[in-house]
Amino acid sequence: MGNPSRRQFLKIVGAGGAALLAGRSASASEGHHINNETIGMLYDATKCVGCKACMSACKRVNGDYGSLSYEQAKFDKDALWDAPEDLSGNTRTLIKLFKESEHEWSYVKYSCMHCQKPSCVSVCPVSAMTRDPETGIVDYNKNACIGCRYCQVACAFNIPKFQWDKAIPQIVKCDMCKNTNLKTKGIPACAEVCPAGAIMFGKRKDLLEEADKRLRETPGKYLNHIYGEKEVGGTNHLYLAAMQFNKLGLPVLKDEAPAEFSEKIQHTIYKGFIAPVALYSTLCFIAVKNLKGNGDSHKDDAHKQDKGDMTDESR
Amino acid sequence: MSHDEFQKHDAKILTPSFMVLLALTLIGFALIAVRFIKGIGAVSNMSDGYPWGIWITYDVATGTAIACGGYAMAILIYIRNRMHYHPMIRSAILTSMFGYGLAGFSVMVDVGRPWNSYNFFIPSKWQANSAMFEVALCVMAYTTVLLMEFLPAVLTTLEKTQWTTLQMLLDKLHRHTGIRRPERLEERLESVKDVAAWLKPRLDKVLIFIIVLGITLPTMHQSSLGSLLLIASTKLHPLWHTGFLPLLFLINCMYIGYSIAILESVISCYAFKRPYETKELSGLARIIPWLTVIWLSVVIGDLAWRGQLATALSFDFYSRFFLLEFCLIGGGSMLLFSGRKRESVRWLFVSAALIVLGGALYRFNVYLIGFNPGKGWHYFPALAELLVTVGIVAFEILGYQVLVKILPVLPKLHTRQQLDAAQQHDDGHATPNHDDGHTVAGKA
Repeated sequence: MGNPSRRQFLKIVGAGGAALLAGRSASASEGHHINNETIGMLYDATKCVGCKACMSACKRVNGDYGSLSYEQAKFDKDALWDAPEDLSGNTRTLIKLFKESEHEWSYVKYSCMHCQKPSCVSVCPVSAMTRDPETGIVDYNKNACIGCRYCQVACAFNIPKFQWDKAIPQIVKCDMCKNTNLKTKGIPACAEVCPAGAIMFGKRKDLLEEADKRLRETPGKYLNHIYGEKEVGGTNHLYLAAMQFNKLGLPVLKDEAPAEFSEKIQHTIYKGFIAPVALYSTLCFIAVKNLKGNGDSHKDDAHKQDKGDMTDESR
Repeated sequence: MSHDEFQKHDAKILTPSFMVLLALTLIGFALIAVRFIKGIGAVSNMSDGYPWGIWITYDVATGTAIACGGYAMAILIYIRNRMHYHPMIRSAILTSMFGYGLAGFSVMVDVGRPWNSYNFFIPSKWQANSAMFEVALCVMAYTTVLLMEFLPAVLTTLEKTQWTTLQMLLDKLHRHTGIRRPERLEERLESVKDVAAWLKPRLDKVLIFIIVLGITLPTMHQSSLGSLLLIASTKLHPLWHTGFLPLLFLINCMYIGYSIAILESVISCYAFKRPYETKELSGLARIIPWLTVIWLSVVIGDLAWRGQLATALSFDFYSRFFLLEFCLIGGGSMLLFSGRKRESVRWLFVSAALIVLGGALYRFNVYLIGFNPGKGWHYFPALAELLVTVGIVAFEILGYQVLVKILPVLPKLHTRQQLDAAQQHDDGHATPNHDDGHTVAGKA
């Protein structure tokens, strides 16, 4: 039983485990840097009046470029209104109302959070999801996308949406009007049209400063938390609200970006492709040695070596 | 590594099971056509919350583990130097080839924009952070490797063939439609033979390096199949989300690989009325519990370290699936620790089946059952979605059934007793007689 080859095999398995452990402990010590010069949006739920002007502006501006379309409600036989139930393959941004009681309610706006360390970019196998290091915009390129939907699995906010009912589908998500309104007017359409000043557009450092100011000046009005400041390594879409964020559909998340964790482990195992090459060479060495030992003239030796397992009937 | 360790299985191809499998395959492929015309939503229940459904979970994540027989056997034979298992390798490689080929095919059905797949070959699009990138490249490479590993079986046949079927077909065609035989047919067929004869010794020389590549690649992508879910730290239940996912998936595919090699041997011996390879199988079965014990220890140790043992025993929805998976694998392994049970085909079959089920359930737990994207999302596969998977699996079995009858894949029957047993084999208990290992009377 305890022959060299089994020991070797166990060693390989053991080494893999050790490498993993090393990866785990290393991930805690290093961290990525948040770039506050990038651009983002601050949504203040207490200012939002729920008019959905942002939603209609988004669809008007990005409809053609982003492959968006209007969604009909069941009661609306004549298709008079756009009435999406949730973010979808037709809708990049959405206003929802959460009501706990007559006095406790809040609007909330959904769209891509434009993470500082985005999971979708980390997992995309063909670089269809990219993060612009200058602006911080997380963008999607349908000409590269293979439609594997790993970005959907990876996103902690469930933001990327897929067009399930189309023969030629694509992923749909906010790109801060990078190729439309931002390009022509220098501001995303939603922030441009908001009549209540609930969406502030600017550099992340300015947004954080403003959010801090509001928290300081009207402490009773808000929950003392800027959602997105630290969540999953920081996001460029920031939130202020009076209601618990998880009640508004914004999950409670750790400060560490999930992509940091997964990339550390993946890179620890592969060590810049040295590990697979080393594994291949080692295995080649063993296999060739084994084959030579079993050359046609010595066929019987192989059997003697392993009497425990077998009789000679396999010849 | 001589090629006469293998033989064709001489039997009719158009059996009733062939017809049933063909029907299932056709239904599956018709639904695949619908998917390409009307979109994925037309046949599946996948949603933005559950973007990966049964196609990825079964066909890719579980199917490739079940297709790891070739990988597990190759480790045993070439790395651990157990050459006497060599006669079992070809059928293992054949199932692996189908498993992986069809997993790749399923991916093409599942992805939304398959025409963009060429981006995998464009270095500027490479994304080394993505486990998916690694899996995709490795699976493509491994499928190619499997084809090359299987090539000797095809070449041997080409080399020796008299083209009787082809001649017969051409004659028939000539009689019924008056189409004449292509000119210089003999010459061309002869040159095919020559190419096969030229290629085979050369392939044989480098085959070992291809085989080792066929061991390295699954080691890489099977662990990466676990890495795929590392990023879903907020969605995958803590019972399964751990930094050890890659290691667990790797060991998992090994014990599934050996178990499936046992199942496949027992089933094909039963179906094709050949004597059981009990000796080889009990040898294989001895390896499995060691792997599962390592695996179960990592699982328990990791749960204890992360303080999730109480969660595992809480008997809620997730805990039940965890315990079921645990018991299937643990139970199957316990059986295999007993030397006497390892000698019995029936117990071998039962324990291997338990372990395959448990191992597959583990992968389902990670990809689907333990995956919760948040409130309001539910997933259960649609009928059409299931039928696509059934169709692909049916095609896999169909291909195996046909190829073992036209190519030398199954281990050669050696003794007169074995041949007799093969003929009388009907009660499902016959074990080959090993006393007379030298009266070789191989089937012509």
